[in-house]
Amino acid sequence: MSTLAIDKAGPSRKVKLGSMSRDRTWALRWSYFFLVLFAIFFLTPPVYMLITSLKSSAEISAATNPWWVFHPTLANYVELLTSNQFLRFFWNSAMISITVVIVTMLISIPAAFALARMKFWGSATLATGVFLTYLIPDSLLFIPLFKMLAVVQEFTGITLLNRWYVLVFIYPTLTVPFCTWIMIGYFASIPKELDEAALIDGASWLQTLTRIFIPVALPGLIAATIFAFTVSWAQFLYPLVFTTSIDQLVLPVGITTTLIKGDVFNWGQIMTGALLGAAPPLIIYAFLMDYYIAGLTAGATKG
Amino acid sequence: MADVVVEQGRLARAARPRKKSASLRHVMGRKSTVAFFLTLPLILLIALLVLYPAFYSLYLATLNKAMTKFVGLSNFTFLFKRETFWMVVKQSCIFAVTAVIFKALIGFIVAHFVHNIPGKKQRKWRGMLLVPWVIPPAMSTLAWLWLFDPSYSAFNYTLSFFGVGPIPWLGDAFWARFSVILVNVWYGAPFFLIMYLAALKSVPDQLYEAASIDGANWWQKIWHITLPMMRNIIAITTLFSLIVTFANFDIVRILTSGGPLDQTHLFATWAFQVGIQSSDIPLGACVSLFMVPILAVAAVFILRDVNKRGNEA
Repeated sequence: MSTLAIDKAGPSRKVKLGSMSRDRTWALRWSYFFLVLFAIFFLTPPVYMLITSLKSSAEISAATNPWWVFHPTLANYVELLTSNQFLRFFWNSAMISITVVIVTMLISIPAAFALARMKFWGSATLATGVFLTYLIPDSLLFIPLFKMLAVVQEFTGITLLNRWYVLVFIYPTLTVPFCTWIMIGYFASIPKELDEAALIDGASWLQTLTRIFIPVALPGLIAATIFAFTVSWAQFLYPLVFTTSIDQLVLPVGITTTLIKGDVFNWGQIMTGALLGAAPPLIIYAFLMDYYIAGLTAGATKG
Repeated sequence: MADVVVEQGRLARAARPRKKSASLRHVMGRKSTVAFFLTLPLILLIALLVLYPAFYSLYLATLNKAMTKFVGLSNFTFLFKRETFWMVVKQSCIFAVTAVIFKALIGFIVAHFVHNIPGKKQRKWRGMLLVPWVIPPAMSTLAWLWLFDPSYSAFNYTLSFFGVGPIPWLGDAFWARFSVILVNVWYGAPFFLIMYLAALKSVPDQLYEAASIDGANWWQKIWHITLPMMRNIIAITTLFSLIVTFANFDIVRILTSGGPLDQTHLFATWAFQVGIQSSDIPLGACVSLFMVPILAVAAVFILRDVNKRGNEA
């Protein structure tokens, strides 16, 4: 059809085609030009973190060109990575994030399986409720949660406030709803024939889940894991409210509260700490970018 | 074909001894029990740590500061009389609306540029431009704090070459508001970029080809093809971002702590200051509850769109 139309158009068509491809080259050039501008905007803070982290305090206070390192040094990294306090923050963050990922998966995979495959009374309402829970922000719940923990602590005598492990119970409220939601999407996209065949062959529900659903939906599972990890790693408000002692802090709170001492800002160390704190999510992102993006877009496209 | 095989399997199964089909029915009957136990942890988590605290905060908001006495709505009336409260309402709305508009615009524009880049290079650009979203906001905001430093600001250093005087990024009310919005736009725009890019890819190329044959210019293509095709994603992303931006805490807390003179406080940061730092938990709960109406409206619209998508699929 279209070739016919082009043939008919004859000689005048050629000029038009030429202008179109020239248009396209120019569009590409402009795209690159603006992309470079936006890339500078987007990458300035992380690059500046790196630049500052390589400077000594003397060089920073000398106020030379801030965009260049004249005497690069790894002193900030050595100091932080040998400081027990910083390693403690890192350890707390890692422990919490890994535990939260495991807890999240243990809760959301079975729930998503049930909601995607077993129609039961109230299952549609529950699925919608899960999605709504995802929309409730942490800044709405931190005050009642703080008071709840204080009350429970008073009644049971178990110390909950100012302990890092309490965050392991709180963080799933942020990760489970979204992970369940995207797992429902992934599970629902698996053809019914697959698990029907398994059931006919005499597999139990548990076997269908572990032998069919989890392997087939593995990309979704990885995306959900990455989401749960990055959310727990980046969480700032809950640890700021629930933990105060230095040995109980997680990385983001630890860096903002201990490295900033009064008016003395040791910027070299703060930037090094921030960069090291940003490293785990960045490394995961660098290696698993496609899963990361799949998880990001799944929320809206897997309705 | 596959259907036939399954159908045959079913027939064969039905024809086999009665006992087996009875036990199968038994399993089916038990299905709801199994499902209930599978979803139980989820239900418990949401009920105990999301729903209960949400209602608990309603109760807390009606107590006096020492939390010994029920005072009804006097916390709310007290807030209405405070000038700071109205400033927080205003600033929260300005912050959320401005930031979301700019995030959406930048995301939309950059998504088109990235979409123009062919093949493999596109992946690299996309990977690079998403970095702000990947870095934990608390960490990247520290970098911004350092970029905005009153005496060592790298921005002011650069601007001084163009003869632009030192800007009090976080010291002056206008610039502090500008800065917190700027940082939020920087952090959130990549999210829009990725969503819009995914949406752009789902628009069939034939539509654009047909439009250019009909002599449509770029603006007509965007207005009559891109926007209608992306309407749903744009709506969901914007509403979702509105919720997250409105409830934002990290950026303002680290950058200005609400200053100068409480002029950059949002609901979340002010609730933190009142409720946790000044330990007036009821008043803090009260402040954060004011987020609910806007969140609820946005949530209703999102839910409508998500359900619509579900029905289409």
